[in-house]
Amino acid sequence: MEIALEKTNAARIARALVKARRAAGSPAMDMVLTLLVVTDDEEVGAALRTATTLSREHPSRVIGVILGDGRGAAELNAKVRVGESSSGESILLRISGELTKHAESVVLPLLLPDSPVVVWWPGKPPTDPSADAIGQLAQRRLTDAEATDSPIRSLKSVGRHYAPGDTDLSWTRLTPWRALLAAALDQSTSKVSSGSVTAGTGNPAATLLVAWLESRLKVPITLRKGDIEQISSVVLHTAAGDVVIERVGPTSCHFSVPGSSPREVPLGARTLAELLAEDLRRLDADDIYEATISHLLTS
Amino acid sequence: MVDNPLRDPRDRRLPRIAGPCSLILFGVTGDLAKKKLIPAVYDLANRGLLPPGFALVGFARQDFGKQAFSKMIKQAAKDGARTPWSETVWKQLAAGIRFVPGEFDDDDAWERLGKTMEELDRQQGTGGNHAFYLSIPPSLFPVVVSQIKKHGLAESSQGWRRVVIEKPFGHDLATAQELNTIVADVFPSQSVFRIDHYLGKETVQNILAFRFANGMFEPIWNNHYVDHVQITMAEDIGIGSRAGYYDGIGAARDVIQNHLLQLMALIAMEEPVSFNAKSLRIEKQKILANARTPARIDLHSAHAQYDGGWAGGEKVLGYLEEQGIPQTSTTETYAAMRIDISTRRWAGVPFYLRTGKRLGRRVTELAVIFKRAPHQPFSKHDVEELGQNALVMRIQPDEGVTLRFGAKVPGTTMEIRDVNMDFAYGGAFVESSPEAYERLILDVLLGDPPLFPHREEVELSWEILDPVIEHWSKQKTIDTYPSGTWGPESADKMLARDGRVWRRP
Repeated sequence: MEIALEKTNAARIARALVKARRAAGSPAMDMVLTLLVVTDDEEVGAALRTATTLSREHPSRVIGVILGDGRGAAELNAKVRVGESSSGESILLRISGELTKHAESVVLPLLLPDSPVVVWWPGKPPTDPSADAIGQLAQRRLTDAEATDSPIRSLKSVGRHYAPGDTDLSWTRLTPWRALLAAALDQSTSKVSSGSVTAGTGNPAATLLVAWLESRLKVPITLRKGDIEQISSVVLHTAAGDVVIERVGPTSCHFSVPGSSPREVPLGARTLAELLAEDLRRLDADDIYEATISHLLTS
Repeated sequence: MVDNPLRDPRDRRLPRIAGPCSLILFGVTGDLAKKKLIPAVYDLANRGLLPPGFALVGFARQDFGKQAFSKMIKQAAKDGARTPWSETVWKQLAAGIRFVPGEFDDDDAWERLGKTMEELDRQQGTGGNHAFYLSIPPSLFPVVVSQIKKHGLAESSQGWRRVVIEKPFGHDLATAQELNTIVADVFPSQSVFRIDHYLGKETVQNILAFRFANGMFEPIWNNHYVDHVQITMAEDIGIGSRAGYYDGIGAARDVIQNHLLQLMALIAMEEPVSFNAKSLRIEKQKILANARTPARIDLHSAHAQYDGGWAGGEKVLGYLEEQGIPQTSTTETYAAMRIDISTRRWAGVPFYLRTGKRLGRRVTELAVIFKRAPHQPFSKHDVEELGQNALVMRIQPDEGVTLRFGAKVPGTTMEIRDVNMDFAYGGAFVESSPEAYERLILDVLLGDPPLFPHREEVELSWEILDPVIEHWSKQKTIDTYPSGTWGPESADKMLARDGRVWRRP
């Protein structure tokens, strides 16, 4: 059931939610979390589709917040939807006028009681997510540097204000690479003396990978310019020989470690919904990300 | 070995990947291997949890060519995998697949296996780490285990060797002890993994977390508040093609000995001092050592066979009409018994265990039924529909917890009726539970044994069960129950004697 509300307030939205839930036959919904998606008119469609894909598997209350024009009188329009294609509830808030500066006052009464709150900025993030009025409501704050005009600058400027609970999705995109590298060093135990990462310019994930490797291995890692936008290869030099992981196609890479024959292993790109799912799995702070970011900013 | 600088226990995004190793499957052409083990290996590979150099060795009698073998494995993986099919993942896995044809008593075949293992250490970098998985009938255990010993495959200068045994662990105390002695002769006890695939590690950990991480259940978890406990494992299917294995074994040996008694121990045990393998085992053993059926086995147990009829909209055969079952068979397909645990916590609280084939539906659950409130300030009419409070841990399908309690029916009259409050693991976390076999195989490869039953537990379980089976074996006839129902009348009578009824799960 979908209910549209114009010139409304949080209490009326909450009543509409209850009404919509009754109309759906009060299905049992143990909702896991509230996911706030702060975005604009252009991106809202794609972002909410991703959030809905996620909530199909993991029932949650998705609140889309569209911050409109800040000029003029305060106005709040809302759309409430329960059931139908998703297993949770979704609320779309369109906020304009003076209210854009106080969006948190609308969101706060609509959060699920006593359960985690996650905020995701699919586009341009606030400079300091944890100080942001909506960011303050959440215990996990997800930004996406790759979606901005200058990814590396965005990654660093958000990183400078790091607070426990922040993560950039560039870091999440790295997990498969990091898993392969860790597996490679499980096999090849001789000490790494240096290494390199090859990727397209301005790739925030590659920047983070270099910082992670440097902070863990305590050796210099160089960033080389590659032909494709993504990370195309990682080489670690050890006394026993080179560890080489090289992408050979959209879903696979070559994996070679000293002491055993090289082979091809899967390395696929993941959808935004899969990335978010990985991030939502853990609702506490990511210490390794913090260490990597601080290494990135000091080196 | 040096620590891997890229790993950090705080880095929980990185999956826990098993080190380089191989899994050597005996009975690779069997049903279990095809339907469960191979798909689970593929799913693990697809989730990125196997090391890049993982190897899978099949040892079986059929004389396949290498190609045909690889094709058979691929088909099995494709048919049974729960994760999407990926040709890249398969290619990675296929590079590590080897086939060793031969009979179990053929020394040459074992030499070939030894050579294959050495070759894998060189080519795949498995580093001497090999797990033997005995997916074969228990009658073949002695020959396989002694061959492993004879050809020196159970030990190596580097790496580890482990062995995995599936239930049934014997068919009574004497055979269980014999089997344990054979295995213990070749492998040290920490290298032996006894797998009960009914009881996934995930389930065990869920029960432990539920009981011991919460403060609100422990105070009422005793004979002051608990009236009785019902543990049920029901299957809606018949014996299918397992006639050869099932006849003469029966429901009690097949399910109660390992599965239901393990569940009972988990529900009844005291809080272990820590969650390591040893402390957990000590607590479970205390329960198993003090659990006994009542002296009058005839009054407190029931066993029966299913009759033909209609189950779930399909016409089905009776047990005696199934292919390969002798007309004179008195093997039970339904077994129920009362067990009393003589500890301070549980004295006077009976545990009712039941299992059966061709029952109403497929379900495994633990139901803790509480005593009624000592006094009801309501009139008799008000609480006519009020039952006993119950806490049900559903194990399958749809793992979760249900709490049953009374609530007032809205309206001006005072009427109190039972309602359910439900929680499902599947919906409450941003993570889906892995399949039991995936978890089991990964635990073996990681060398993580805590929750596998040890030999002492297996033997204690047989001590509980042996008298009941012996009593049943003296009877010339056996009860029957219509397919698709919740069991024989004798089982209902058994509970009626204690003034109780079975839950309809």
